[in-house]
Amino acid sequence: MTTGPDLEVIVRTEWWRAVAVVTRLVGDLQFAEDAVQEACAAALIQWPATGVPANPGNWLITTARHKATDRLRRESRRLDKEVESVRDFSETGPPSSTSADEFRDDQLSLIFTCCHPAFDPAVRIALTLRAVCGLTTEEIAAVFLVPEPTMAQRLVRAKHKIVQSGIPLRVPPADALAERLPAVLRVIYLVFTQGHRPQAPIRSDLCAEAIRLARVLLELLPGEAEVSGLLALLLLTDSRRPARVDAAGDLVLLTEQDRTQWVKTQIEEGTALLETSLRAGPIGSYQLQAAIAACHSTAATSEATDWSEVAALYGELMRYEPSPVIEANRAIAVAMAEGPSAGLVILDSLAHHPQLSRWPQLEIARADLLTRLGRTSDAITAYRRALELEPPTAERLFITKKIRDLRGNDTSPH
Amino acid sequence: MQYLCLVYPGADFTPQQADVPSYLSVRDAMTKAGVYVGSGALQPAESATTIHRRGGDIVLTDGPFAEMAEHVGGYFVLDCADLDEAVKWAVTIPAMARDASVEIRPLVEFTVPPEA
Repeated sequence: MTTGPDLEVIVRTEWWRAVAVVTRLVGDLQFAEDAVQEACAAALIQWPATGVPANPGNWLITTARHKATDRLRRESRRLDKEVESVRDFSETGPPSSTSADEFRDDQLSLIFTCCHPAFDPAVRIALTLRAVCGLTTEEIAAVFLVPEPTMAQRLVRAKHKIVQSGIPLRVPPADALAERLPAVLRVIYLVFTQGHRPQAPIRSDLCAEAIRLARVLLELLPGEAEVSGLLALLLLTDSRRPARVDAAGDLVLLTEQDRTQWVKTQIEEGTALLETSLRAGPIGSYQLQAAIAACHSTAATSEATDWSEVAALYGELMRYEPSPVIEANRAIAVAMAEGPSAGLVILDSLAHHPQLSRWPQLEIARADLLTRLGRTSDAITAYRRALELEPPTAERLFITKKIRDLRGNDTSPH
Repeated sequence: MQYLCLVYPGADFTPQQADVPSYLSVRDAMTKAGVYVGSGALQPAESATTIHRRGGDIVLTDGPFAEMAEHVGGYFVLDCADLDEAVKWAVTIPAMARDASVEIRPLVEFTVPPEA
């Protein structure tokens, strides 16, 4: 017997479109999700026996539609008009008769609804993971480190808000698209960074999910340069994943990573996407971040990196997203290009910024530059300050190791 | 769907006669677009009277019911297709130009039973 395709993967791949189409048909996200969930469960039972249908996506939509109609009939409290809309569709034929453009609009509607600015940003991520990616409530609860009932309640409340406050299930009109797209891109970016939470092991499934979302979004909105920019950024960042932690599970700094472990195919795809999007324009912050990532990805060693280009790109990024964290990153690039003291001047100018007062990375970066300037005891003091800010475990281990090394060097000449 | 837009003016805002024209022109635009249902500016919170039922009696208390209600300066009721449209109109409320916040609350839609 041949091993069939991974059914779970097929179901996961088709989820977005199925929920999107059924949501349009029944006009209610919760209802659509439940119906698609049931259809997926049925698929996982039936397909191993019957084989995967030629068009698994349409199979799921048709099955979910029937489940929805059945349930609507059972629940008399539902409005007649909902039953009507579903019945209408079942009489107009299978979803394959729906145009590809309509599917495209359904999928876009769904993600724009989940990422509506009327939701708290954390809720946008949770809703997207559920409705667009098909993660279970339990999985999403694990991502946010909250108990499952808490997450379930958050999701239910959000879906009620869609209905009660009239959050539209539609693609924003052309004049509002530019205004609404950043919220969608932000959610995809945050799904990716949730996979990289410093206090937890890398969740490669979330990174892969974010890349998949960006890929589909780019197919749906091929002309948007920032969508390409985001996909490029995610691919280039993800390409370094195998080198980000060592065999012991400790964090490895970018400059010290084994670059032969970086995933070449992702780097090639990312840089190609970036070049196309930079040519198409307009330039945005994701393209700039991708350009910075590309500077690292295409350099054979840390020393061979074009650090002045990296510094210039961070300077440009400051114009789009002025933030002390970006300025701190620029300082590090300046230190690499022009020497540690030039970088230290910028970092010291940020020392009293309120946004950075709980950010151990600033002291870690200062400590590194102080070490390179030979100011060992100042470097140890900076590392100790970073420890006082209670950084996550991986970083705490990193810092204590650095302090130990510095102490060793400091005492050895005596 | 109808939306109640509660206007919470910025700290040092008191409604003045001079503001009337700007409110009238916004009201005209809303009316023209078919979204205007009603609006009003509230007298200060100390003018409020709250009534409760205690057993069989109606009891009047001096002042607003809840603390937040002290800050409401006025309201608009708009009839819009969806939240996006309500937001679009709420930002045109003149107080928004002077640091007001506007809370948009959808109104419950009751089905009116057909007359026998």
